[in-house]
Formats: sequence, structure tokens, C-alpha cells
Amino acid sequence: MPNRIVSSIQNIGHRVIESVWRLGVASRFFILVLLKSGTSLRRFNLVIRELYFTGVLSLIIIVVSGLFVGMVLGLQGYETLQKYGSESAVGTLVALSLVRELGPVVAALLFASRAGSAITAEIGLMKATEQLAAMGMMAVDPIARVVAPRFWAGVISMPFLAAIFSVMGVFGGYLVTVVFIGVDEGSYWSQMQSAVDFRFDILNGFIKSCFFGVAVTAIAVFEGYDAPPTAEGVSGATTRTVVTSSLVILGLDFILTAFMFRGVS
Amino acid sequence: MTAETLIEVNDLNFSYGTRAILKGINMSMSRGQVVAIMGGSGSGKTTLLKLIGGTIQPTSGYVKFAGEVVHELNRDALFKLRRKMGMLFQFGALFTDLSVFDNVAFQMREHTNLPESMIRDLVLMKLHAVGLRGAHHLMPNELSGGMARRVALARSIALDPMLIMYDEPFTGLDPISLSVIGNLIRRLTDALGMTSIVVTHDVQESLKIVDYVYFIADGVIAAEGTPKEVRESAAPFVHQFVHGEEDGPVPFHYPAQTYKKDLNLEDTFA
Repeated sequence: MPNRIVSSIQNIGHRVIESVWRLGVASRFFILVLLKSGTSLRRFNLVIRELYFTGVLSLIIIVVSGLFVGMVLGLQGYETLQKYGSESAVGTLVALSLVRELGPVVAALLFASRAGSAITAEIGLMKATEQLAAMGMMAVDPIARVVAPRFWAGVISMPFLAAIFSVMGVFGGYLVTVVFIGVDEGSYWSQMQSAVDFRFDILNGFIKSCFFGVAVTAIAVFEGYDAPPTAEGVSGATTRTVVTSSLVILGLDFILTAFMFRGVS
Repeated sequence: MTAETLIEVNDLNFSYGTRAILKGINMSMSRGQVVAIMGGSGSGKTTLLKLIGGTIQPTSGYVKFAGEVVHELNRDALFKLRRKMGMLFQFGALFTDLSVFDNVAFQMREHTNLPESMIRDLVLMKLHAVGLRGAHHLMPNELSGGMARRVALARSIALDPMLIMYDEPFTGLDPISLSVIGNLIRRLTDALGMTSIVVTHDVQESLKIVDYVYFIADGVIAAEGTPKEVRESAAPFVHQFVHGEEDGPVPFHYPAQTYKKDLNLEDTFA
């Protein structure tokens, strides 16, 4: 019996040490990526190529999801607000929810599953097929040539995708409430305009999406680079990218919200 | 060996943790030679290539390449040294997102400031040398295994290295591709005046093309010699390896307790 207790305590200790160690490795890798970003800046066409794969190819899912989220928000918001006779505030509700929270968060979650997983799988497979080793043997640093451009492309795409998501959401809300239900168009837009503050709402939303962009792509490139070079290794890494980034996005969102919107109403 | 020695391996030891992979390896390879390193799976052949390329550090001993001790170099010097080396990975390791042309041009674009028109000519010449000039527009996933390896070979000679290391170049090839790759290794070595190290367990194909053979077993050099010496060798290990015999110094059975005991027959027949 005491043996079992000792071994379970050992087990917990092992897991804690293991995760702290992994966090350390990840942080070191992250710093290394930043230090080796010179190539990406000097040869920006490398980043542009990745911008196409991570940013442009994520557009469809972002646009469609944004539209539907906005439509649902408009519908639900209208149902509740009209009970109090304030359905004209539905534009404010849709815009604030999107710009402050749903835009950055949902866009980042979608980005993690669409682009993050793709980055991990690609880098992981490049490692498994010895492409990264081959690059190293050709005296080309794979972190500078493969990892850093993908990282920066992700960081740059994320705020744009979040902004597009919010815009599509506001448009979706407009479609449902103004075009289909018949809320007054003037009040939809003017209430929105007066309630949404550039500094507190739009800028904060933008800052959030920048944080999420860094977090998601950093996790994605690390998991890919760190993946065991086997089929199970790469699939496990891809899953971990999606799960870890989703949790980190939601956790970060809470922390950022607590800092940003304290005392603002 | 001679003044022309390109690679010198001196009392090289390497371990993963406490597991010793290489135990006191000594080798010498000169310019223009094709050298084969043979040995069973897991005998440390690929590890040896990694040590020569400087991707891992030896526990003790050293590898000297063109007069420089590889593991003592700092990163920049090592990268500079690696420009003089080429490596052909087991399955080619072509960059899957680049075309055949761009794969071969990769190092030229990364390491030189040559104008694009000259890169084009050089790439086509390298591809011509491996017989694949006509395939320059294909993507790696459109190539057969043998073609992929020839492209990888063209890529590794892109900057005219002094040394090319081949990691299992014959694995999984049909007989025609096999002899094509074998002959290319020999021809390119002679034409470019470089040194080739071929890690392989394909005895018959490699004995046809190499100048010298090292056998590695259990982390030490079990035997060495010219192909002729190797073929005629009476040493049990070499004989077993060259002739592909099932049992010998390398046993067929993985060490185990007795068969009877494993089948629980001991009590019945004791």
C-alpha cells in the first residue's frame, strides 16, 4: 500500500516536472524563432508565400462563420431586446459582442483549427521526411527558413482575420434584423456608431487578436518542430496544437478582458 | 593515409545516454574514393554520418574534415564547412513544396548571389548529369522513388561539394534504378573529383562500385578492405554478411530463455 502511494506521488511529480520542462523547451524555441527572424524580414517574399497559405486560405471559413455568428447574434438579440421595446439597440449588441469578444476569440479558434493544425502537420511532416535535416545539412537553418516565416505570417494574418470576422458578423446581424425582421436601418447603424468606442472596443479587440495570433502560431510551429518523426507523432502534435491553442486563447481572453475592460462600461 | 586524406576519423566514441553506439572507430578516406560503410540495422552507420556532418557531438575522439575538427567548430564555421558536404537522405528528402527545379536551385539561391539566368543553366546541367533535365518542372510527388533519389543527388551536388554522404541510397529501388544510382555515384565521384561515403547494407550493388569497405558491428569496425579482399574474406562475420547467411556470428534468434521454458514444457519433459 505505501508503495502505491509513493509511486502515485512520484507520478504526479514526474508529470509536473515534465510539463515545466516542456514549457521551458517551448519558451527557448520561441526566443530562438524571434532571434532568427532576420531572414524573414530581409526576404519578405518567404512570409508573403505563407500569408497566402495561412491567411488567404482561411478566409472562407472566417467569412462564412462570421456571417452566421452575426446572424445568430442578431436573431437572439432581437428576441430578447424586443421584450423591453429596445430592439433598436440590437446593432450595438451585435457590434460590441463581436468587436470585443467573439471576433477575436472565435476567429482565433477557427484559425487554430484551420491554419494552426496545417502549420503543425506541415512542419511535422517535413521533419518526419528528413526535409528539415536535409536543410540543416545544406547549411540552411530550418528555424530561420521554415519556422520563422510561418510564424510571422500567422501573427500578421490573425488581426486581419479577426477584423474580417467582425465585419462579416455586423453585416450578418444587419441582414437578419434590418432586412428580414425589419428593424429600423438608421437606428441599427447610428446606435452602433455611438456605442462602439474606437479606443476601448476596436483597439482592445485588435490587441486581443494580436496576442491570440502570437499564441496560436507559436504553439503550432513548436508542436510541429517538436513532433516525433512518425505518423502517430505528427497526428498527436496536430491534435495538441488545436487543443492547447484553444485553451490558451480562452484563458488569455479572460486575462486580457480583465485588464482591458476594468471599470469601462 | 596519404596527403590527399579528406576525412580522418580518430578513436571516435558516441553514446546515447549510457548506451554506447560507436566504440573507438578509426577511418581514413581520401579524395576520389567511394567508401562503403556496411553493417546490420542499428549498428551505428547513420550515426557515423551524423558525426561527420556535425549534427551530433562525439563523446570522445574526433572527425577531421579537410583539416578541421568538425565538433570543435562554432555554428557559423560548421555551416561554412557543410557547404562543402552534400548528403543524400534515404528517401531523398526533397522539399515537397518546391518543384524539381527549385529543389536543385535551393542551395544556389540560399548561398550565392548568382543571377537567375546562370542558376537556370547550372540547375539544368546538374539535372542533365542525373538524366532528369526533362523532369525539371515536375513536383516531388510526381516522381518515382528512383527519380526522387536522382533529383536529390542532383541537389546534393548543386554547389560541387568535396564530399557526398549517401544514407541507404539503394533502399526500396527496382533493379534498374538500383544500378542507375550505383553507377551515378561512381561516375559523379570520378567526374567531380569528390569523395563519396555510402552507408548501405546492399552488399552486391555496393561492392561493384566502391574502392574500400568498412564493416561496423556492435559499434566497432569488424572488418575492412577492398571489395576483392572482402569477397574472399574468411572472417565469419564478413562471410555471413556478404553472403547473406541466416545464422552465424549474428544470430537468427534474439536472445531469449530456452524454447522449452517459454512454452512451459519443462515440467512435463523434465
